[in-house]
Amino acid sequence: MKMVKLQKKNLNAFLAGLEKFGDLHGPVRRDTNDFAFQKVDAPEQIAHDCLRTILPPKKYFTKPVDTMFTFSEAEGYRAPDKDLHTKIILFGVHPCDIHGIKILDLVFGGQYRDEYYFARRRNAIVVGLDCMPDEYCFCRSTGTDFTEDGFDLFLSDIGSSYLVRVGTSLGDDIVLETSTLFQEIGDTDRRAYKRRSAQRINSFEVEIHLEDLPEIMDLEYESRIWQELGDKCLSCGTCSMVCPTCYCYDVVDQLNLDAKSGSRLRRWDSCLFKDYALVAGGHNFRADRGSRIKNRYFHKQRGFVAQFGRPSCVGCGRCIVSCPAAISLVDVLTKLRSRGNE
Amino acid sequence: MNPLEPRRALVREKIQENRETYSLTLSLADHDHFSYRPGQFNMLGLPGMGEAPFSFSSLHLERGRFTHTIREAGSLTRSICQLAAGDILSIRGPYGNEWPLEKAKGRHLIIVGGGIGIAPLRPVIRHALGNGEEYGRLYFLLGARTEDDLLFREEFEKLTAGRDGTLLMTVDRGEKKELSHIREGLVTALLDEIDVDPEESITFTCGPELMMRFVARQLIQMGQDPYDIFVSMERRMKCGIAHCGHCQIGAMYVCKDGPIFPYGDIKRFADTML
Repeated sequence: MKMVKLQKKNLNAFLAGLEKFGDLHGPVRRDTNDFAFQKVDAPEQIAHDCLRTILPPKKYFTKPVDTMFTFSEAEGYRAPDKDLHTKIILFGVHPCDIHGIKILDLVFGGQYRDEYYFARRRNAIVVGLDCMPDEYCFCRSTGTDFTEDGFDLFLSDIGSSYLVRVGTSLGDDIVLETSTLFQEIGDTDRRAYKRRSAQRINSFEVEIHLEDLPEIMDLEYESRIWQELGDKCLSCGTCSMVCPTCYCYDVVDQLNLDAKSGSRLRRWDSCLFKDYALVAGGHNFRADRGSRIKNRYFHKQRGFVAQFGRPSCVGCGRCIVSCPAAISLVDVLTKLRSRGNE
Repeated sequence: MNPLEPRRALVREKIQENRETYSLTLSLADHDHFSYRPGQFNMLGLPGMGEAPFSFSSLHLERGRFTHTIREAGSLTRSICQLAAGDILSIRGPYGNEWPLEKAKGRHLIIVGGGIGIAPLRPVIRHALGNGEEYGRLYFLLGARTEDDLLFREEFEKLTAGRDGTLLMTVDRGEKKELSHIREGLVTALLDEIDVDPEESITFTCGPELMMRFVARQLIQMGQDPYDIFVSMERRMKCGIAHCGHCQIGAMYVCKDGPIFPYGDIKRFADTML
């Protein structure tokens, strides 16, 4: 993989020079500790100290509310063309979130491809940025603290510079376009990178063990822990909204006043919502909260493994930080393992 | 191609099956390629009402036409059942897997249907009766709440008359005492009438999950392998293409991995009533 060096003092000049590749988006400070990915007018607006945005980058590819079609008697169902082809540069995506995008690529690909998702994916340049974990990060446990692909460029902090990994030919074009800003890496850079890497590995405060978790979960399928969690959970769905890999959606038709034309929208859904598994005739396959939260955990940590060979959790810690009922995935998984051995 | 973009289907014929169930025979308005296998389903929809999955109740295309039998259960089904010949509805599909008819060849075939669950079994009943030489004995065990709910009753009676197939029916509440061939009680009671070795049989069942549970458990007690019992599952679906998440049972999507599952695979999941 091609690697070059970008001095930190040149970062903004570099980002400003990307205009021809698309609109620049990055994490912007919203409150003391709240950050959100959004479009910026100038690179200076980007908060480089952002560890965790409120919503993950999935919001760019599968929108919270998305118009799938407009329909009318004359034209039938028409997919909107605009809004799918805006070119963007997504700067400051951490490894866990890049893994999140890679997981969504798997889900929305396959036999049937989600055209909306992949149209937006094709038009997004991903510039990754490394990070230092806080007390909620457990991406090292989920194997998502580092990524070898899923980005066009990836910047790692090596002191006064960034070591820049070039992941795609488009990333290479970007480097060539702004080549005067880049330098070759030298021995001190290599040492700095390895030092930083070791420091980062040693900074994780949280560890969970995923190796045989699917089996543990099968063993604990009837555990009373699920009912206890159900008693705590508010079914608000926040954990799903902030999750980089929660992809479920609901579809709703919105009629215009003529009662004939309208739009077919899809919007983020959560398996924690009460009507998620409700079928015609009124039967709800997961009527109580305990069964719904169990389903969420099983899908992330068990079902996804069976389907795609890895859990769909990327260890970003968002669900822990955001849960209004203070349910922590790390605590739940730790408890599941220890139960019976207390 | 956008798999979520519906095509247009034309209602060719509508038959009222009972007070709340209609069979709609459709054809694709664009006449483009379309084919399906018994057991699969389409997402049918109307603008403003959304879409929902419906199994085929016809065996195969006839002059490009196929049939869905739909019970009025909510706003979409009520609106679809109000359509008339010439009306348009939206369609995506076919999706899902098929009844494993190949696996049934050379064996006895036991078909157990309950209520609207009889509709997705109709194509295999028709297929089995038309190809009787490929199977051992044929049993069609159908249950419903009332006599009126026994879908395709006359059709099945006509098709089985003087043939090898054994048609047995049961209703929760009998209305006419003189009906000797329609019993009162549960469809599982009809399983006692089977006089072939369940080990040499294959079962297809569709109906309420509780019914399928008792059918499967009884058949297993009678000696049938759980992997020789196939159940057709119903779940909420928004996309039909394994993306929206609603139909998941464990690691499986009913829309993509089903709707037909070997009982042995699906009974482990507690989100079912199996």
